[in-house]
Parts: sequence; C-alpha cells; structure tokens
Amino acid sequence: MRGEANAGIVPPTQPGTDHSPGRIHPTLVISQSGNRSVLIDRAYSQSAITLTRRLDIVQSEPGPPRNFSFALNVVCSRTLATSSLLSSSSQTQFYSPAAERPDGDFKVTMIPGDGVGPELMHVVKEVFKAADVPVQFDEHHVSEVQNMASEEKLDEVLNSMKSNRVAIKGKIYTPMEYKGELSSYEMKLRKKLDLFANVVHVNSLPGYSTRHNNLDLVIIREQTEGEYSSLEYESAQGVIECLKIITREKSRRIAKFAFDYATKKGRSKVTAVHKANIMKLGDGLFLQCCKEMAELYPKIKYESVIIDNCCMQLVSNPYQYDVLVMPNLYGNIIDNLAAGLVGGAGVVPGESFSAEYAVFETGARHPFSQAMGRNIANPTAMLLSSANMLRHLNLEFHSNLISEAVRKVIKLGKVRTQDMGGYSTTSDFLKSVINNLHPSRLC
Amino acid sequence: MAAALTVWRSAVQRLLGAGRSWSPVSRSLSEARTVTLIPGDGIGPEISEAVVKIFDAAEVPIRWEERTVTAIQASSGQWIIPPEATESMNANKIGLKGPLKTPVAAGHPSMNLLLRKTFDLYANVRPCVSIEGYKTPYSGVDLVTIRENTEGEYSGIEHVIVDGVVQSIKLITEDASRRIAEFAFEYARNNQRSTVTAVHKANIM
Repeated sequence: MRGEANAGIVPPTQPGTDHSPGRIHPTLVISQSGNRSVLIDRAYSQSAITLTRRLDIVQSEPGPPRNFSFALNVVCSRTLATSSLLSSSSQTQFYSPAAERPDGDFKVTMIPGDGVGPELMHVVKEVFKAADVPVQFDEHHVSEVQNMASEEKLDEVLNSMKSNRVAIKGKIYTPMEYKGELSSYEMKLRKKLDLFANVVHVNSLPGYSTRHNNLDLVIIREQTEGEYSSLEYESAQGVIECLKIITREKSRRIAKFAFDYATKKGRSKVTAVHKANIMKLGDGLFLQCCKEMAELYPKIKYESVIIDNCCMQLVSNPYQYDVLVMPNLYGNIIDNLAAGLVGGAGVVPGESFSAEYAVFETGARHPFSQAMGRNIANPTAMLLSSANMLRHLNLEFHSNLISEAVRKVIKLGKVRTQDMGGYSTTSDFLKSVINNLHPSRLC
Repeated sequence: MAAALTVWRSAVQRLLGAGRSWSPVSRSLSEARTVTLIPGDGIGPEISEAVVKIFDAAEVPIRWEERTVTAIQASSGQWIIPPEATESMNANKIGLKGPLKTPVAAGHPSMNLLLRKTFDLYANVRPCVSIEGYKTPYSGVDLVTIRENTEGEYSGIEHVIVDGVVQSIKLITEDASRRIAEFAFEYARNNQRSTVTAVHKANIM
C-alpha cells in the first residue's frame, strides 16, 4: 500500500498577484503497509517530501528501527517549517524504501533542444541528482533541423505541459531557409501555450567583472505578437510586406504583468521601450496601454524611452534602468544586448510565463551549434534558470543550494569556461558545482 | 543626407589641404561652394552656429544657405517640406543638417522621414570611431554602420484593423535592398574596409 502523494503544483493563474507562487494540493498522505498513516498538512508537504529523503538516510543505518520523532530530531529543522506539528501528530514507525522514489516528485517537462541544449540538460540532471532534488524530468526531443518536429510531437509536448505545467527548455533552432512554414517551431509552441511574457534577469555575477558591474535589470518582453506574427506575403514582384500586429488586449496584458512583477519583486521603476515616433499607431497603442496601466500602480515610477536611445543608454549607462517592458522584436534585441553587458549568453537565465504554464530557459536563446559535442558550453545560465524553476515549485531550499553553489564556483574563479575567459570544460564546471553543493547539516 | 555629407567632407578636406600647402588659393565667391544648412530643433541651432563660426575662423570657402524644414501641408493635403528648402537642396546637392525632432503624436509625419523620401536619401552612413583622449568602456572602436533609410519598418504604412488591433507594414523591396548592398560594398572598397556584415532577423521574418 504505497502512499499517495497528490502534490500537484499549479503555477499562479495571475502572475504576480499571488504572493506565494505555487499552490500545493491540500494533503500529502504518507502511509505504509498495515500501519498508521501520517497526515501532513499542506503547508508542510514540501518539507515532508524532503523529510522522506532524509529518513531514507536515517533508516539505512544498522540498528533497531527508529521512530518518527527521533528522526525529526536527527533531521535539520531547516527543512521543516515547524517541527512541532509533525512531532505531535505521530509516534509511528516510518519506513520508506530508499530505492523507490516517493510519488512526491515534481514532474517537469524537459525539452533539450538543439546545439548544446542536450549537454546543458545533462548538467542540470546531474546537479539535481547530486542535490537530491525531488524533480522528475519528462523528456521530449524536438528539433526543426533534425526533422524531429511535427504536429504529433508538438501535441505530445502540449499534453505533457498540460499535466506538468512547468518546463525547462533549450533553444529549438530555427532554420533560415523558407521551407513553406512562416512560423517557426518555437513560435508555434509559444502561441499554443500562450507564453506571453518573457522575463530575463540580468544580474552581474559576483567575481566575474565585465565592463559594467553590479548590474540588476529585468527585461520583460511580449512574446506572442508584434513583429513575430508570421504574417508575410509578396504583394508584387520583388516587394515583400511583413505585418507587425499590436493589439490593445495583449499590450495591456504585458503591461499589467510588468507592473505586477515590479510590485512583487519590490522594484521601483518600469520603463516602456517603443518606437512610437515612427510607428505612431502600432507602438503608439502599446505606449498608451503602458501608460494606462501605470496609473493603476501609483507607487511605481513609469517612464518611456525610444528604442534607439535605450540601446545607446544601455551600453553607456545601464544603471538608470530597472524594469524594462517592450514588444517582441525590441525585446529580442535588448535581451541579447543586456546579456552581453554581464557576460554573454552563458550567464543569463530567463523564463516565459503564461496564465497557466511556466517555461524556464536561458535569457539569450542561442543553440550555439558550433560548440556541440566539444564540451565547452557554459552551463551557468541553465543552472541558474533551473534554480529559478525550483523556487517557482516552492523548493526554496534546493533552489538556494544550487544557485549558491554556482555563484560560489564563479566567485572562486578557478573553474571558468571559455566564454568567461577560462579554459575549463563543461564537465569540469559540473564537477566543481557538485563539490560545492554542501548539504551541510544533513548527513 | 549622410552620403552628401561624406562627399562634402572629402571636398572640405581637399580644400583645407590646399590651404595648408600655402599655394595661393583664390577665395573668390565664385569658387566658394554653397551648402544648405538645416539647423533643426533642440540643440540644433546652437551646434549649427558653432560650425558656422568655426568655418569662418578656418576661412573655409563655404557659403551657407539656411533653411527650415518644418512640414507644411500642401494644397493636395499631403505633408511636404517647404519649397524653398527643396529648391535650395536641388541646387546645392549638399546639406548639413542638425537633429530634427519627431514628436510622438503630432499630426504630421516624421520630418526626417519626409526629408529622406523627398530626396531619396537611401543610405545612412555612420562612422563610429573611438575619440582619442575620451575614455569609454570600449577602446579602439572603428566601425561604420550603413543603414537602408527609405523602407523597412519606417515605411509609415499603418492601419487600425479593428478597434484595439493595429497593423504596421514593414516593406522590403528587392530594388532598395540591392541598392543599399551595392552602396555598402562600394563604400567598403573605397575606404579600404575588409568585411561587410549583414544584420538581419531572417529566421523569424
């Protein structure tokens, strides 16, 4: 009689309005054959999952089986919100076979993508294994260049996402030749999942100095419309028209997301980036929506800047910006520009949100195919993004464990991949991160 | 506009060079070149005045014709630049222009755009060179950006399809693209540059 753990995690329906992302299903019931079961309240179900693992370690030592409360004293109270509730509720014998993963694992969709994606995903899996993270990956290999992209595969991924709600993803390369499809695979995925907001955190890594240090920017980009509407046609011979669509509904949605995000993270300013002096109707509409939203958030400063001036300011004085919100193409350009400011595509994590799903990936999305198989890619971005994913799943402890380890490795500066000026390989970096994981007070 | 500027610059360099060699250079009015000066908005008038003063002090044989290009509405209802400015440019072929402000929601289109359309200024050349003595995070920069100036996202064709949905058309034509590519390679050849990099987003568009 195995325990039933209904730990379904639902990402916030309205990003930013719920201050504790990830609601956990009410009860996590751990029972075992014939004996009494321990009913653990939902707020502590996360801790209980971690507790299960620690008990594996405790029980594996030889000697009389210890009881539950003893295990509690052994285990660090940090993983438990309060130990009092649990200790009072039971004096049961607790046994969980160490080899079997309890159903308390979170299931996450994994899409390795092209180029160095599979290598980076391998690093993430190894680190998760070493840190004992209760996450199970549901892998889907999709690729447009390797002809592994089709409608059925897309449907598979969508079904997987519908049950898991959270994904970690590499870049699916978009070939440049026009093969009859205007919309790339990634764009189709974004549209079907309605991942309207892309958030990229641009933070300077301590210990790695670039031309601009101590940077702390957030770039929010509308990801479903704008220049990426895939509406193009040849109106006359040698004349191509490409439509850029801006709608009030989506502009309002992204503006609201930006302000909610700023409120939640305690940011002081939101800057809208546009080119409304040239595209008066299109970007004018976007700007107007941002302005309307700004009025609902009086505590947050709002300003707007034209894209050309913004780019210039970002490379000369990026400290004047806090949160930037913009339509699709400008977002793509500024994401990469800002990533370059702090060390390149290898160090910046990013995530995409919809009302129901969350996808975690790198900030500047490049497959980096020239590094494929050469073991030189920098896994920092993917590891930091996976740490963000764990925080989203409410696994704070593991999230901090991984991000601290990565930051420590970078700060020490001994193991650095080629893009950061060092000579180490991806596997060296992986080993170094695992060595720095330090699950200190536990085992 | 900037294509005109490079021609002007090399012409001035030739003239100044002649001055430096101390051979008698007649500075009669007949030899002086006339150039249209468009001061512009904001700091435009100040910096244009500075240029005029410096040229006076250096005794550059250039005569300035000042014109404004604030858009006016012609009888047909279309926005055009004033006919005096057009005549002057057509006669002189060379102009020096200050920054023109494009207000975000004014009735008339961008004046920069209007200028480009009127005179078919298809190539915008911007040489970016690190200035000696002024330290920036990047040193030793020496690149030239050449930009197609007449079409693309700046075609100015926008429609409101339904309330709340706006469509902007980005126009790319084979003629204009070929023209600017040819210009870029010619420029590279004339200025002893070795690489031309085309910047695009062809994987999406």
